[in-house]
Amino acid sequence: MSLLSFLDRSHTIAKPGYSRWMVPPAALCVHLCIGQAYAFSVFNLPMTKLLGISQSGPGDWKLTELGWIFSIAIFFLGVSSAVFGRWVEEGGPRKAMFTAALCWAGGFFVSAIGVYAHNLWLIYLGYGVLGGIALGIGYISPVSTLIKWFPDRPGMATGMAIMGFGGGAFIASPLSVWLMSKFNTATHVGVAETFIVLGVVYFFFMIVGSVIVRVPAPGWLPAGYVAPTQSVGLITRNDVFVYDALKTPQFWLIWWILCLNVTAGIGVLGQASAMSQEMFPGHITPVAAAGFVGLMSLFNMGGRFFWASTSDYIGRRNTYFVFMVLGFLLYCTVPYTGKVGSVAGFVLCFLIIISMYGGGFSTVPAYLRDMYGTRYVGAIHGLLLTAWSMAGIFGPVIVNYLREYNITHGVPKAQAYNNTMYIMAGLLVIGFICNFFVKAVDSRFHMAANDTRGKEPVGAKA
Amino acid sequence: MQTTNTEETTTLQLVLAWGFVGIPLAWGVIQTLINSMKLFQ
Repeated sequence: MSLLSFLDRSHTIAKPGYSRWMVPPAALCVHLCIGQAYAFSVFNLPMTKLLGISQSGPGDWKLTELGWIFSIAIFFLGVSSAVFGRWVEEGGPRKAMFTAALCWAGGFFVSAIGVYAHNLWLIYLGYGVLGGIALGIGYISPVSTLIKWFPDRPGMATGMAIMGFGGGAFIASPLSVWLMSKFNTATHVGVAETFIVLGVVYFFFMIVGSVIVRVPAPGWLPAGYVAPTQSVGLITRNDVFVYDALKTPQFWLIWWILCLNVTAGIGVLGQASAMSQEMFPGHITPVAAAGFVGLMSLFNMGGRFFWASTSDYIGRRNTYFVFMVLGFLLYCTVPYTGKVGSVAGFVLCFLIIISMYGGGFSTVPAYLRDMYGTRYVGAIHGLLLTAWSMAGIFGPVIVNYLREYNITHGVPKAQAYNNTMYIMAGLLVIGFICNFFVKAVDSRFHMAANDTRGKEPVGAKA
Repeated sequence: MQTTNTEETTTLQLVLAWGFVGIPLAWGVIQTLINSMKLFQ
């Protein structure tokens, strides 16, 4: 069997006896690796000292220049998941995960050359473009596969994978710091070698995932599970073609729901350390703030599993209603905690908020599956992730610029974030309204039984 | 790999697969938890 044939969807169809519980580890093999993106900032400071070694010297890169690496990667995450979504769905998970592994490892290797040659454009190309493409393809493929394996618990299944994306930074951050300390010398920072080691390790992990992943055979159902015979509420039994989904108002309503939920969370996630210290001067030290950021990361990861699993019981739409209502109340409470000096209240508010930020990511694939069926859910999910790219720009901009505006207009630092909190609460009100208008997809968008689109999987040798 | 009609997954395979991803994840979570404790010091 040739390599290309081995990667085909037709060669990943599970035979009787294959346990579906092998699929979550396969998905985690990919998501734990690409989740490294959240920890890329650990390289920022060392990369400002590649020439000066002990401190930034003439010709060294600036933090503002390095910040573009992550931004380019997230931009290409949205672009690649939207562009390659249909190919991922029809070509099968093994081919997609293998491609993601090549791009992810290749991105690290090109970036290592960029560090060695001190050429920032090579890092933009390597980690930014190649890595970003790996992020997009690697993110949607395992999620779509898990939804097909767990029709009885789609929220829990997607929660497991997307939890891995949040958890990837936990591994990458200490591992990268440790590797740099090993390669670091008096004349050398050790970033290039760390990139090479990470590329090799991640390639191995992702390849293992692509080897053990399977898709269920046509008509397969878990033992004891009886599929509903007709659509119930928002949950359809029909499939919608990927590009027809764009014609439905539901897609754009969910796009805004995701965008607003992520905007509200991402803005405070990036500023949590500074915000906590400025709102509670003297009470939260820089060391304690770092601990607070770590705790937020844990709730970000845990929320991905908790909320998506909860959505299997209370419904996707209701889960987002909880995000919007509870988020609104908590954002409105944050200024009060600052006013009365309640550190515990402040921490509790943000831990719950950040758990719902993670939950928004992990619940949305199951929401799409309810609305559009399973056949093209990965491709539709890919298109929806452009909302993430947009939110990645909106969130930090709102928080940073409002803080600057308030401080330049004489507002004390401790109160500089109050308006931001109220604006975030307002965004969630808009999200609530969007969620309220989500109804079942009109039957004219459903694919007919004799619809041939996507029937012949790309690369399949039927 | 695809020459037989069944593909029985053994308990050992499940343990290995989950351990392969679970052990690094648990290590990362413990490291983060240790760092997070600084908030309460």
